[in-house]
Amino acid sequence: MNPAKSLISFTTLSGLGFGLLFWLGVDPSPPTGWIAAVFFVIAFALTLGGLASSALHLRRPERALRAFTQWRSSWLSREAWLAVAALMASGAHGLALTLGAPILPLGWLAALLALGTVGATAMIYTQLRTVPRWHHWSTPVLFLALALTGGALLSGRIVIASVLLAALAVLQVWVWHDGDKRFARSGTTLGTATGLGSQGTPRALFPPHTGDNYLLSEMVHVVGRRHARKLRVIAILLMSLIPIVLLQLPMPHVFGLIALVSHVVGVLVSRWLFFAEAEHVVGLYYGRR
Amino acid sequence: MTMLPRPEDRSGRKLGLVIDLDTCVGCHACVIACKGWNDQAYGAPLSDSDPYGDAPSGSFLNRVHSYEVAPDPQAGPGPPSGPPPDLRGGQTPTRHVHFPKSCLHCDDAPCVPVCPTGASYKRAEDGIVLVNEDACIGCGLCAWACPYGAREMDPSAGVMKKCTLCVDRIYNETLPEEDREPACVRTCPAKARHFGDLGDPGSAVSQLVEDRGGVALMPELGAAPVNRYLPPRERDTWAGETDVLAPWLEPVAEEPQGFLGWLDRTLGKL
Repeated sequence: MNPAKSLISFTTLSGLGFGLLFWLGVDPSPPTGWIAAVFFVIAFALTLGGLASSALHLRRPERALRAFTQWRSSWLSREAWLAVAALMASGAHGLALTLGAPILPLGWLAALLALGTVGATAMIYTQLRTVPRWHHWSTPVLFLALALTGGALLSGRIVIASVLLAALAVLQVWVWHDGDKRFARSGTTLGTATGLGSQGTPRALFPPHTGDNYLLSEMVHVVGRRHARKLRVIAILLMSLIPIVLLQLPMPHVFGLIALVSHVVGVLVSRWLFFAEAEHVVGLYYGRR
Repeated sequence: MTMLPRPEDRSGRKLGLVIDLDTCVGCHACVIACKGWNDQAYGAPLSDSDPYGDAPSGSFLNRVHSYEVAPDPQAGPGPPSGPPPDLRGGQTPTRHVHFPKSCLHCDDAPCVPVCPTGASYKRAEDGIVLVNEDACIGCGLCAWACPYGAREMDPSAGVMKKCTLCVDRIYNETLPEEDREPACVRTCPAKARHFGDLGDPGSAVSQLVEDRGGVALMPELGAAPVNRYLPPRERDTWAGETDVLAPWLEPVAEEPQGFLGWLDRTLGKL
């Protein structure tokens, strides 16, 4: 799949923002006053920045409000509703904290909605049977783990963040390892795609068009996978391993900030691979993956 | 509304295409007829980008792929003069199949429920899957959900385009009766494309599917496509003549005759 910059920045930034809102929501002794205000401004900047970036992916963004209408069937529509609900609940919670009057149940609701939004984002990809690498329970688990880890880092929870970073490394490596086998496991081949499999072994001889087209640039984007192995090593180092070491050093404000930057860059690389390595079955028709 | 129509609301009619891979000659006339009709009919014109420049590209609702099918190795006699390596020693020669592909108007169309705006829908009355282009935000999720690559983004209008099964022809009473079928079917010079109601077991297309063992594409993905493909018939074998033109390819005169013959003999004696 095409690793579109708008979708990579959207899922990374909003995941981080909603992760932060989750931890602010479940905190039994949350910050109050201007410290709370700063935390919530950061969280809102990340989530709203991410959502604005997602609108860049639309070819007709002026009609974006229509995306709220089909929540009964569409995960994209559910994501839109959950994002608005999470931001409203978090906004109220943040206002209460800033004014020094915490309402804890409101925070729990905001936390639940924040996680629900990240889950809905992940379900947009998970639901696609056409992309076997994504069509797996591990996709929402990975998205939620990334949001929780990033949120813990952002809110300065050193012990929780260290544990989550380690768990994330294991999860991510397994997702790559298992993901590599999912296309073969799905059983879809050029033989089933053309119905010619019963006659022998089909092979793509020549394509229907000599130039590029939407299908190839959007769903058979093989260029992005060129350095996948190296990028996996870079991602796991930046996203998990380097931050774990940095968090154990003194001066948490300095090294914590470096750990956060490293983590976010690593997540961006991981998200690039999430899209670039995902093979859509339509590539079979072109003799590619 | 992007909920698929409930089974009790469906009429039972399933309009679709049956494509005969045995007779398709790969001329791409259906591609051009489709493009021509949809340039000026239903919805935004089906546009191209940079059509005369360095990187021409464009949206099409129907495309023709070409495949080579190598028979799986089996016991039995191979080709008479020893198998060339790419023929894999099968009982029949490798064959070349042209493969037109457009929207299959799936019963359980995965492109419809993913649509966040309600632009994508399946008609209860005849099963045609359409896009309301005025409601499309161009997010592209329906194209991701389609296993068949049947949906393409229009490069100028920024809305999703797909085969309409020529809904503006098949019910169009201003057209002569014989033109009330999809443009690709109407134009096919090999009669490799057939249009009809696949929900009616007595229809001509359903009979064709039954007689020829028509298959669905990627049934394992659960989209339940309506269109069917008729597999190429078993025809070519290595037994006997492998090329009908072979008798005419023998040299007609092995030895020169007449003046040339005399010259040849005389020069040979020198």
